[in-house]
Amino acid sequence: MSVLAVQDLRVGFRDGTLAVRGISLDLGHGETLGLVGESGCGKSVTSLAVMGLLARGAARTAAGIRLAGEDIARASERRMAQLRGDRIAMIFQEPMTSLNPAYTVGDQLSEVYRRHRGAGRLQARDRAADLLARVGIANPGLRLAQYPHELSGGLRQRVMIAMALMCEPDVLIADEPTTALDVTVQAQILRLLQDLQKETGLAILLITHDLGVVARMADRVSVMYAGEIVESGTAEALFGRPMHPYTRGLLDSIPVPGKLRPGDQLKAIPGTVPRITAAFRGCGFRDRCGLADRGCEDTIMPREEGPQHRYLCRLSSELQGQAS
Amino acid sequence: MIRFILRRLVLAFAVFLIVVTVSFLLTRLSGDLAVSIAGPNATAEDVATVRARYGFDRPLPVQFAVWFGNLLHGDLGTSYLYREPVADLLAKRLPVTLTLGAVGLVLAVLVGVPLGIAAAVANGSVWDRLIGLVGLVGQAMPSFWLALLMMIWVGVYWQLLPISGLDDWQGYVMPGIVLAASSVPVLMRLTRAGMVEALASDYVRTARAKGLSWASVLLKHALRNAAMPVVTVAAVQFGFMLGGSVVIESIFALHGMGFLAWEAISKGDFAVVQAVVLLLATIFILLTLIADLLNALIDPRLRIA
Repeated sequence: MSVLAVQDLRVGFRDGTLAVRGISLDLGHGETLGLVGESGCGKSVTSLAVMGLLARGAARTAAGIRLAGEDIARASERRMAQLRGDRIAMIFQEPMTSLNPAYTVGDQLSEVYRRHRGAGRLQARDRAADLLARVGIANPGLRLAQYPHELSGGLRQRVMIAMALMCEPDVLIADEPTTALDVTVQAQILRLLQDLQKETGLAILLITHDLGVVARMADRVSVMYAGEIVESGTAEALFGRPMHPYTRGLLDSIPVPGKLRPGDQLKAIPGTVPRITAAFRGCGFRDRCGLADRGCEDTIMPREEGPQHRYLCRLSSELQGQAS
Repeated sequence: MIRFILRRLVLAFAVFLIVVTVSFLLTRLSGDLAVSIAGPNATAEDVATVRARYGFDRPLPVQFAVWFGNLLHGDLGTSYLYREPVADLLAKRLPVTLTLGAVGLVLAVLVGVPLGIAAAVANGSVWDRLIGLVGLVGQAMPSFWLALLMMIWVGVYWQLLPISGLDDWQGYVMPGIVLAASSVPVLMRLTRAGMVEALASDYVRTARAKGLSWASVLLKHALRNAAMPVVTVAAVQFGFMLGGSVVIESIFALHGMGFLAWEAISKGDFAVVQAVVLLLATIFILLTLIADLLNALIDPRLRIA
């Protein structure tokens, strides 16, 4: 059963830009869904839209956003505030700035529990110490009394994770959780997320541009481009048989040790994500795609490549067929 | 934290010493004091007598040493105008000015900070612009003019408040409002700027992602980070209110320190001028010190220094 089901989510900005164009996501209990794409593709907007945290001037519509069975697409701000931090939590890319510099770690952890569970000061503090211990922070008592600037980046991200898990949410949205961290710390944080998921059955929506992270963590993957999901499938299918040219481009631009000789150029996708408005038709990737022709300016119908493996490209199956 | 406080104290004391020296020198350098005290009809002999009596014939360093020595004993000299020890004069006048300043500051903070918060929340909207406009008008309006307007309308036509004097607390209300009026726009703009920045910050996004109430997001998470420059400037504004209440005090006939200073300057009452300058400077130093300590309480990152 899915704990988070998003149907036909759309987000538009006041200047006419369509940041998210009809996205559907489905996230099951204890599952990790990787949402992949480069900067500006709309993946962070998607997560903020699900949380109900879009900035003023951004308009959201959706056929449905179901969180543990409850439709929150039209929930009041009051109801959303009750759910945020309790049933659905979020961690962010920048652990350096995501914690409030003026309050102690203990205070910032406790307030979630006090708010959603009506717990007293001491009870919330005990809970905070428990959570810090669970995210692998030694000496929680000391850390509770410290301020964010006294902690390293890795510790701060652990604190953020502890904060997100204070109320044992059903869903955790992790928006580039390891991007700002050292590689070794990255691996620790990812392992921590996996361990916590095993313990609690947490469903994780992992948003990242890093395919290495996705390969390691995700059960299923959705590749996002210019506000659309251009390909989705199990991690196995998607990495084993990438269908969309953009997905292939992403995979090709990962440096693999031993594959490249010194002096060789790493493959890159030329150009950047275009700005899409309501008048736009066809494939958003065509300007950067080596395969594209006039036909790509018409509306693209989704195709299937095996169960649960869908993609948005009219040309690549023939090409894939020729290659194999 | 203790090291931080000690450092600030040492710094404050150093500034105090400089101020003592400057306030002494300034009065000595502003012409021959003996001539102005003796008056326009005095003979050369009279001037010489005055000069000897006040010790102006001795070398400057000696004069300074005597004055500084007396200062340490709490003796600020004698006003030749009032024939009263300056310390007694100040003791009578200072409470009036301090009360007036406090009323002005409290009013300015109570109006300016909430307006700034409201403007930041309504950032870019009609309300934001309206509040900005009110601030602009408030800042552009000269305080003596506002004082006169208020006296006419509130005091004479509506008869809500006394127009001058200090018979009871009501006498402080109108001058307090006038004093506050010039500070409100400053505090408002700073609060607005700080809040706009804080509301766009990652930690406010985190606070919202935690499902905290709007009040908690706004007043706990954002305001505390926006408060620092406001505290610093509020302290400076308070200093201005104390030092700059000359106009207000004379319009509303309040016998505070501003009035005393104005009188002393115009009549060459050097002992009073010196003492007032010294006192105001000391108050400024203390206010800055208090603002620094308050900021260290607000932001833990400052406590390391």
